[in-house]
Amino acid sequence: MRHSPAALGGGAILALVLMLALAAPWLAPYSPDQPDLGQRLEAPSAAHWLGTDGLGRDVLSRMLYGARPTLALVALVAAGMVPIGLTAGMVAGYYGGWLERVLMGLTNIVMAFPRLILALAFVGMLGPGLINAALALLLTSWPAYARLARAETQTLRRSDYLAAAEMQGILGSRLLWGHVLPACIPGTQVRLALDLAGIVLAAAALGFLGLGVQPPTAEWGLMIAEGSKLVFDQWWLAAIPGAAIFVLAIGFNLLADGLRDLGDPSHD
Amino acid sequence: MSRAFKLPLATLARGLLTMATTLACLLLVTFALSSLTPIDPALRALGDHASASAYTEMRHRLGLDAPWPQRFARYTGRLLHGDLGIAESTGQPVAEDLRHVFPATLELATLAMLVSAIAGLALGLLSAWRPRGVLDGVVRIVSLFGSSLPAFWLGLVALYFFYARLHWAGGPGRLDDAYEYTLDLDSGFVLLDTWRSGVPGAFANAWAHLALPVLVLAAYAVGQVTRMTRAALLSEAGKEYVTLARAKGARPARILVHHLLPNTRGLILTVLALTYASLLEGAVLVETVFAWPGVGRYLTTALLAADTAAILGATLVIGCSFVVINGLTDALVRALDPRLR
Repeated sequence: MRHSPAALGGGAILALVLMLALAAPWLAPYSPDQPDLGQRLEAPSAAHWLGTDGLGRDVLSRMLYGARPTLALVALVAAGMVPIGLTAGMVAGYYGGWLERVLMGLTNIVMAFPRLILALAFVGMLGPGLINAALALLLTSWPAYARLARAETQTLRRSDYLAAAEMQGILGSRLLWGHVLPACIPGTQVRLALDLAGIVLAAAALGFLGLGVQPPTAEWGLMIAEGSKLVFDQWWLAAIPGAAIFVLAIGFNLLADGLRDLGDPSHD
Repeated sequence: MSRAFKLPLATLARGLLTMATTLACLLLVTFALSSLTPIDPALRALGDHASASAYTEMRHRLGLDAPWPQRFARYTGRLLHGDLGIAESTGQPVAEDLRHVFPATLELATLAMLVSAIAGLALGLLSAWRPRGVLDGVVRIVSLFGSSLPAFWLGLVALYFFYARLHWAGGPGRLDDAYEYTLDLDSGFVLLDTWRSGVPGAFANAWAHLALPVLVLAAYAVGQVTRMTRAALLSEAGKEYVTLARAKGARPARILVHHLLPNTRGLILTVLALTYASLLEGAVLVETVFAWPGVGRYLTTALLAADTAAILGATLVIGCSFVVINGLTDALVRALDPRLR
């Protein structure tokens, strides 16, 4: 088995962030949203490793809890866009005809939509919150998987092994999920890792604009927005959550790079 | 080009048709958003204490009781007449507001595009020159960083260092206050207006304010252009005609200019157009950080005020530009490249 340092590094970053987010209740030294106005805007110290924010809340605790909405959003979007996209693509590629024309027409149209702007408009019109933010990003992010699955399915349709499965009476959804889907997995993994980096950034942007989870819940994008008013005096308040978003996005991007290299036979 | 050049009209027409369909679907989406919003326009117009009969009357007057296809037809008709409604936050027609703010966004995105195109193409070329060399590694890390940084955060960091600490660049806004309130910004393009005004220092001041938002906006796109250029060149360089050219003794520079670039120009054109479209979109966040008076800041202000007409208007302006740029490029690339027909 070949290995890729990029994929390993990216995977390690993601595992670390996930573990910190899951263990937040045990790791966080203070409550993430209990204000303590006596200790406002303290610089990092032994008592507060990353200092305190404008309401005296411990930044380290908020950072740990703040990973949760971001990861939840990423997971929700991934859990929605991949099945929707793959199903549309496999059905289009396998059955062909007018079904294919309609599905791929829709795919191409949604692919040409501006993602961030539509997500902003969606949340702006339907109300802020985690679920709406996830739906907003989901709306425009599935087409890449549909294209990928359709291309794979079309190449497979003429293959002997699919013919063999059909002759044994395996048809319909069992054929698609059991025999076509596995061929779509490698491409999907690379695409997913790449997309998730973008979704981390989009989620942070929604939070920054006040369209994601609402205060006092800790969320990294929201914390940057709160810190941005104080950036000239207490720079770390905006710098720390920004760095965390950066690290998480790097993790996904590295994983994508590594998976692509592993899947590419021309590599080394 | 020596050979007679005929544009395949059928390809072009099909491209335009696709673009029109996409635009219609975009309208359908914004229409759906305006219908699904919990913000009730009739209630907004009347206030919370209106009687039930006044409420029904208002819904009828606003056309909200009609079936949706009829409402969609009316919505499209209004848009085609350039009527985007009245923005509550400014009290002006949204179309009028957008005419004032769009040039600022266009200026910002276009300059960022130039920076990222030049830097991205150059970096892509350099890293494709010796794949997996030192330079390639450095370029790869730089583009990885560029595509992992949240633009709004990078903007804050840049403001902190280059404006607040080092005083190298202008702060938020398009000009210092001294110029902002004395100059006539009638075209909306700050470089053009300050140049024409002839006021000493104004043009330089405009550049000082532009530098940070342009560079921050370009940072993301540079990585994208670099990666795509590198991939396009490398996949083309592996083909047999390049090996043949090399066997004939053609120098690398000649292979690049005469063989690789002509065969990758369609792809590179697409990348640049996609980048331009995404920069128009990405400007939303950067404008918010830099208090840049463009469509993006207009949109985010409207979002906070739940000003539906302004939200949808700004979305449509950026969305339509996005779709049109992508559609035209796609049609153009198909028309220019016989392999895609």
